[in-house]
Amino acid sequence: MNLTGTRPTARRRTRARPGARPAPRTRRGRRVVITGMGVTAPGGIGVKAFWDLLTAGRTATRAISLFDATGFRSRIAAECDFDPAAQGLSPQEIRRMDRAAQLGVVSAREALADSGLGAAEPPPERLGVTIGSAVGCTMGLEEEYVVLSDGGRNWLVDPAYGVPQLYGYMVPSTIATEIAWAGGAEGPVALISTGCTAGLDSIGHGYQLVKEGSADAVVAGATDAPISPITVACFDAIKATSPSNDDPEHASRPFDLDRNGFVLGEGCAILILEEREAALRRGARVYAEIVGFASRSNAYHMTGLKPDGREMAEAIRAAMRQAKLRPDDVDYINAHGSGTRQNDRHETAAFKSALGDRAYEVPVSSIKSMIGHSLGAIGSIEVAACALAIKHNVVPPTANLHTADPECDLDYVPLTAREQPVDVVLSVGSGFGGFQTAMLLARDQGDTGRRGDHHD
Amino acid sequence: MTEATRRAGPRPVVTGIGVAAPNGLGTQAYWAATLDGKSGIGRITRFDAERYPVHVAGEVSEFDDTEHVPSRLAVQTDHWSHLGLTAADMALQDAGVQPAELPEYEMAVVTASSSGGTEFGQREIEKLWSQGPEYVGVYQSIAWFYAATTGQISIRHGMRGPCGVICAEQAGGLDVLAQARRLLRQDATVVVTGGTDASLCPYGLVAQISTGLLSPRDDPERAYLPFDADACGYVPGEGGAMLIVEDQATARARGARPYGAITGYAATFDPRPEPGREPRSNLGRAIALALKEARVTPEQVDVVFADALGVRESDLAEARAISAVFGPYGVPVTAPKTMTGRLYAGGAALDVATALLAIRDGVIPPTVGVRAADPACELDLVRSAARDGPVRNALVLARGHGGFNAALLVTAP
Amino acid sequence: MTTTFTLDDMRSIMGGCAGVPDTIDLGDDIGEVSFVDLGYDSLAVLEMAARIQQQLGVRIPDDAVDEMKTPQAAVDYVNRRLAD
Repeated sequence: MNLTGTRPTARRRTRARPGARPAPRTRRGRRVVITGMGVTAPGGIGVKAFWDLLTAGRTATRAISLFDATGFRSRIAAECDFDPAAQGLSPQEIRRMDRAAQLGVVSAREALADSGLGAAEPPPERLGVTIGSAVGCTMGLEEEYVVLSDGGRNWLVDPAYGVPQLYGYMVPSTIATEIAWAGGAEGPVALISTGCTAGLDSIGHGYQLVKEGSADAVVAGATDAPISPITVACFDAIKATSPSNDDPEHASRPFDLDRNGFVLGEGCAILILEEREAALRRGARVYAEIVGFASRSNAYHMTGLKPDGREMAEAIRAAMRQAKLRPDDVDYINAHGSGTRQNDRHETAAFKSALGDRAYEVPVSSIKSMIGHSLGAIGSIEVAACALAIKHNVVPPTANLHTADPECDLDYVPLTAREQPVDVVLSVGSGFGGFQTAMLLARDQGDTGRRGDHHD
Repeated sequence: MTEATRRAGPRPVVTGIGVAAPNGLGTQAYWAATLDGKSGIGRITRFDAERYPVHVAGEVSEFDDTEHVPSRLAVQTDHWSHLGLTAADMALQDAGVQPAELPEYEMAVVTASSSGGTEFGQREIEKLWSQGPEYVGVYQSIAWFYAATTGQISIRHGMRGPCGVICAEQAGGLDVLAQARRLLRQDATVVVTGGTDASLCPYGLVAQISTGLLSPRDDPERAYLPFDADACGYVPGEGGAMLIVEDQATARARGARPYGAITGYAATFDPRPEPGREPRSNLGRAIALALKEARVTPEQVDVVFADALGVRESDLAEARAISAVFGPYGVPVTAPKTMTGRLYAGGAALDVATALLAIRDGVIPPTVGVRAADPACELDLVRSAARDGPVRNALVLARGHGGFNAALLVTAP
Repeated sequence: MTTTFTLDDMRSIMGGCAGVPDTIDLGDDIGEVSFVDLGYDSLAVLEMAARIQQQLGVRIPDDAVDEMKTPQAAVDYVNRRLAD
């Protein structure tokens, strides 16, 4: 079901807001808006398929088909039905690029087209690229390793079988290179690799480049294609992924009492970030404004989380300060919600600590329940979902949430999408290495809440 | 930081340096070797490289993983992180920073990595394919990925600020310093930054060989000759440097002596090379932007630390970019990386450390090995021996595989 | 054939796959000291359990790993399974 046609015709607030929301009106300096979007996610290619899946509350988790997972502990994943040739990649592009880069280029092209930016607009030297990825080109690296080592037989791998793009697989920055080429960018280009917060951090990086004036527009987003034996095995080893192999569709259960780990996913989202004045001048459609971004680290453990969510709460507070927003202003929280026992408890505590009583009122949901956890990519995919939530005034649900966990006692929007005014969204991420990131999006002040026409 | 200094913007200074380089472990050993023109390039010893077309590399041979890194930490991290953790310890000690005494959220870690925990990864992937998935160890999930070094440094020193990881191959080693500077303008007061790389394992070497840019020569003295008519590619290496970046005001307040300030930076990207057309480089624009930001004229720059790939077309492009800004033979140019090999993300960070030491001691370290400078490269290459003279502004250049360019200017404090 | 898994075997697995904490000597009387107090986190215990499974062919289910709080508890568990 696509809910976009049934949204209320007039904005209504469900609670009083003392005074006008001050944030976007008083902030000085350059402001950054999202003007284009491309998504390749499990369940469908393109933004429309993505949003349809989320608003319908459908899950795209299934038995792994990308390789034979017999013998692995977790044999389920959220895979993209992705045919690079059908998505317009040329034979040479397909040969040269790892799957993560392929997903990236396809989504970047969609995002650029969606933004309506013309060629050389902005000039190439004013266009930047910031791409997140947790594991880079692991899939390509592993496929080539298997050949060079002859199935793991030889430590001294055989150079005669080395493909020309092998080095490009070892350095993940290749993905940013491919996307810079796709967009014709000649400004600052970077690959951000802060594990599972890379997708938020890469958009945050792009946001800062535009804000500080290093670029006028940035192709920002993240991609990961980790569904290959070594990555599945490494999460098996620490029992982080769900072993619910008999019931893949219901295996990703964020905030549910019966959750038992995350379901690995793959995918990509690319956003076009632009300096707001320039975007408005050219008549661009604006999905949302980025009004706050902050990250903190827990300096506690590479994989473990303290139950109190202290550092994530601090990141949220810092982002709120930057945005000059109060807890009451937040209409929706897009949670990290990976579905591991410790994560969901950790961030529930963080929301309560950062937002106080508001945490109990504001809807919180995890789209990982539907599209799994695509490591570095998911943060950008979630920001895309947040921008769409603002555009459509719809909060995506948490699928598979049937049994409440007493330790997770907030409103997680179980099963069904919810129509409601969405002007300010908080999205958070948490990752190996202790990274905690928070980002705030707000409806652009020129947007009256009527339906936009991106991708419609 | 007061509101007033925040508005004016902090002046980011480097107060600590930690070096793990093939020609010296520790700043003092490295700097002495570098000024003496002593190279750390030699036969590969980390594995039997006989069957490969590349036999020499820059290994940090003095480094003992079990001696320099606590045992519990060593088992869960790759060699690349061992080098990074050790360099970070040295840098913090050098800066006199006591993390326990500083506000936890104002300390950040931002490191560059170009290829992650390659050797650790090869060991684990070998177990997977030769024995089965259950043989993959628990530490693969935290040792191989590019964020491992940043995460471990953050944990080790209780640094809870905005941490980050940038990958742009060699250029990433400069990009992280720009990010550190950005963080100082926000909430951070001390940033551990820099980078290391270490991909001298069989799979890592074979991957590097795939570019066709590595030198096939076995003679360590003749293998890596940037800007030489006899240039034939570069020698790979391992190691790098970590730096402590903080605001000058806070550094002064605690009595620290800065090596120098980060006064200019820019990053650009090259357009996609098209067959049959000469590649267009945007390195020159990065140089111009960095100088412009620092409000430094080309005449005020005392030395350029070149990227120096050692591949003729690349060297020519870089020489042209330098000459376009400074004029032919217009500025002393050096490439001490001829003594270490290319350390990728670690190499650019090490060049910044070297530039700061050059400022401190008023001496430009040499480029070794170059006998017949390529006449097409119109550069005043500091060859054979170190050159004395005051160094106030030093420009560091780095190019990352695939089109990344970065230029960073450091200035005497 | 019955093999016995000893505390020394366990010590060698601990040091071999998870390293040795700075603060302890694995040769000390560590049998009843919790892994946490010894300086081994949950990942380290998971790694030890995986190595035991491979070296001795003893299957250790997830719940059992959670119950292995000390080196002696691990030794006892393994010996019980070996006797089965």
